[in-house]
Amino acid sequence: MQQDRIRNFSIIAHIDHGKSTLADRILELTDTVSGREMREQVLDTMELERERGITIKAQAVRVAWKGHQLNLIDTPGHVDFTYEVSRSLQACEGAMLVVDAAQGVEAQTVANAYLAIENDLELLPVVNKIDLPQADPDRAAQDLAGLIGGDPADVLRISAKTGQGVAEVLDAVIERIPAPSGAPEAPPRALIFDSSYDQYRGVVAFVRVVDGVFRTRERLLAMAEGTRFEAEELGFFSPTMRASDTLEAGEVGYVITGLKDVSRLRVGDTLTSLEHPAAEPLPGYKDVKPMVFAGLFPTDSDEYPALRDALERLKLNDAALLYEPETSQALGFGFRCGFLGLLHMEIVRERLEREFDLDLLVTAPNVAYRVLTTEGHELEVHNPAQMPAEVERVEEPYIRASIIVPKEYVGPVMELATERRGRFDHMEYLSEERAVLIYELPLAEVVVDFYDQLKSRTRGYASFDYDVVGFREGDLVKLDVLIAGEPVDALSLILHRGSAYGRGRALVDKLREEIPRQLFDVPVQAAIGSRVIARETIKAKRKDVLAKCYGGDITRKRKLLERQKAGKRRMKQVGAVEVPQEAFLAVLNLDGSK
Amino acid sequence: MSGVVRHLYVHLPFCGHRCGYCDFVTVVGRRGEHARYVAALLAELELERAALAPHLETVFLGGGTPTFTEPEALRRVLRRVPAAEEVTVEANPETVTPRLAVLLREEGVTRVSLGAQSFQPELLGVLERYAQPDDVRRAFYDLRDAGFDNISLDLIYGIPGQSPSAVAADIDEALALRPEHLSCYELEAKPGTRFTHAHGEELARQAEAMETYFEEVVDRLTTAGYRWYETANFCRAAEADGGRDLRSRHNLAYWLGRDYLGIGIGAVSTVAGRRWRNTPRLPAYLEALERGSPPAREVEELGADVRRRERVMLGLRLDEPLPLEPTDGVVDRGALRRLEGLGLVAYPTGEDRVEALALTRRGRLLGGGVTAELLA
Repeated sequence: MQQDRIRNFSIIAHIDHGKSTLADRILELTDTVSGREMREQVLDTMELERERGITIKAQAVRVAWKGHQLNLIDTPGHVDFTYEVSRSLQACEGAMLVVDAAQGVEAQTVANAYLAIENDLELLPVVNKIDLPQADPDRAAQDLAGLIGGDPADVLRISAKTGQGVAEVLDAVIERIPAPSGAPEAPPRALIFDSSYDQYRGVVAFVRVVDGVFRTRERLLAMAEGTRFEAEELGFFSPTMRASDTLEAGEVGYVITGLKDVSRLRVGDTLTSLEHPAAEPLPGYKDVKPMVFAGLFPTDSDEYPALRDALERLKLNDAALLYEPETSQALGFGFRCGFLGLLHMEIVRERLEREFDLDLLVTAPNVAYRVLTTEGHELEVHNPAQMPAEVERVEEPYIRASIIVPKEYVGPVMELATERRGRFDHMEYLSEERAVLIYELPLAEVVVDFYDQLKSRTRGYASFDYDVVGFREGDLVKLDVLIAGEPVDALSLILHRGSAYGRGRALVDKLREEIPRQLFDVPVQAAIGSRVIARETIKAKRKDVLAKCYGGDITRKRKLLERQKAGKRRMKQVGAVEVPQEAFLAVLNLDGSK
Repeated sequence: MSGVVRHLYVHLPFCGHRCGYCDFVTVVGRRGEHARYVAALLAELELERAALAPHLETVFLGGGTPTFTEPEALRRVLRRVPAAEEVTVEANPETVTPRLAVLLREEGVTRVSLGAQSFQPELLGVLERYAQPDDVRRAFYDLRDAGFDNISLDLIYGIPGQSPSAVAADIDEALALRPEHLSCYELEAKPGTRFTHAHGEELARQAEAMETYFEEVVDRLTTAGYRWYETANFCRAAEADGGRDLRSRHNLAYWLGRDYLGIGIGAVSTVAGRRWRNTPRLPAYLEALERGSPPAREVEELGADVRRRERVMLGLRLDEPLPLEPTDGVVDRGALRRLEGLGLVAYPTGEDRVEALALTRRGRLLGGGVTAELLA
């Protein structure tokens, strides 16, 4: 198709502001799906996405409207997937910015709007849910216009639920969003903005063709990774897969690669022809690095191979997930996993538990640290247990957080951010009622319980988003927990010196409550290096005798003893001390530094 | 042809009422059925008699409350069971009269185990015991007057509302009677029972204090010259009693892994690697034996490994060292060394030639945990 008849766009919205419903209406209105095929939220495929209302993987759907080819590129809705969002946006010339008429602008909307502006996208402001009784479309339009520097009169007002105003939105896409402007005759270049894995056909790349033409059976090259493969099939989604002989400049579609390993085809890479390669890749490729790490251990050690298989399977669809085997003397065999952020971690954990039926013990998450040892070696530490004893300097990742709250909660938010070593940058009023606060915070302070605290201190009104802005030196210490003199690797933490005492005390108190009394005294200590900063003793039991045996009923007594032994097998052994799994869980769930 | 089993247990399940904490196989009242039950019991004895040796070491009549059984029915049982060197009958204080004491004596009973439980009226009330402290003393002296020179008292500690000083007082009251033997058990409040429902909160409140009760019982009795020969059992030391060994020989048979035959409802037998438990249901028991058949039984074959484990589990309750050789393979040698380091286990010979194993005093107080640890 001629490029001037093509429009590529995304929908940017906060969770629950109606993105998926709007996408459904668009598919219906353009007859892409018949009423019979229509099921709600066609684009969200995974069970988990449906339940959480989160779209994990971007997809693209081609629809026809008034002689034009419109490609709707779906974007993931959360901060952890910022890189994927930015790739998706790069595949577009414009984006609808959808805001709930009752909720107004949220932090994520702001963050993604800025992302869109950075990508030079034409923004189409839309106020959704105008049919709701509590809707305030005028105020939402005002906020939205203020955010992108437009006129409130240009803001479209719709109800995706009823379909009101959706046709006008499609007209506006054609009128206001520019057509693509690649070079149709140049050597082909396409941006990979997403990929997924199909058991039978291998890696499927979602691409936006920028220049030239791609043909089925052509031999292709992924320029950054250097991966070569043959395009087994080209096509597009409408909304299911439709094969096509070519994909031309300006179009969006898929390439079936036959590759069996997702890591060989990274999002952000540029595809070109192997025979007639482009001289330069498209700009902007970067390798996304996990920032949050946690140990995942099966509660039943027999499930270790099942966990390994499950991680392998997840990794096929999730190139950002990192995992490597980890052995903990307390928790046994497991994996240290790297995630883009907390939500990513939660999703992986839930998928492992739900789709693979695994019972997991997850250690407290930590961030990546850059360490300079006293001998001058530089290394990145993903696991507190690996922190060297002698360090010259430790750097931790910092984020720039934007928090949007009604003005009456500014105080509590500032208090929380300060407790978490936040540095205030500035504050702006989005409207008379709502302020956006910008803070710089150590990521480590955010991964533990920050979001829950933020929600509870603002009665759920705060919205929060962040970007990692780099590594900075911190006054960080490694806190070890020792049970009967044995360090428990799974409970080691790296934290700011100022919160070490409080945290050490809380850990020790909790363990004393949770570890049952043993046949001997058990000291529980928290220590920084060789210095003990908190200590409690679990006093030895004074009696432990089985019931009487009466009238020769020895079997009953033996069964009691067998039960006692079976109970022991469920314990984790730390030296000579038996620690119930629940004790680890209780400690790992311990609230943040507060 | 006669067998080799030298220990016989006879279950007499009848009671005047059921005490709140009790979870034994008991039948309340039913005076009219005592004779019928005894007839069935003796029929079962005849069916199994071939297993018994010509001379028994011990016979034990347990319950229920054996002394609640109609005197003539009880007399029939005592006359029909084979003679034995030790014949014990369990008794409740309120059922003991001078006449009954004489009857027991006449019918060859050598030892009486009297269920005192406590000497505090309010604690007896909590246990739903009818006897008062004076009834216990009176019963004790009735037995003495009838010529019994081997009387055991049962005490329960850890009763809801029982303070540490009340435990000491109970022991002192019991010692004042100079019994040959004492059995002291901690109250077991089984979850879901009426008793636990009524007293669970009180028990939870005193749980910490109760940790010390067992030690208190052991200290007081050993100081008074009693031998702590089994986890919950004490007897006057032989040297203090003219050389008599006053341990319960019948219960020792269980703890030493000997074979025994049990008759009556719910009774357990272990003979030649096979254990069975009679039905606890009275009507089913009566009907079967009246037809001339053995009662319904739950049978368990005991493998060699299980028998060795039981040997350790029971043997470690005793104060005499357990020979280790016959228990090979079931004791975890690593645990043995660890527990020795903690001062819980002592074994007399060198590291590699462990022949016998005993628990230290503290090891015995923690016997359950230590045993679980030792059994690999």
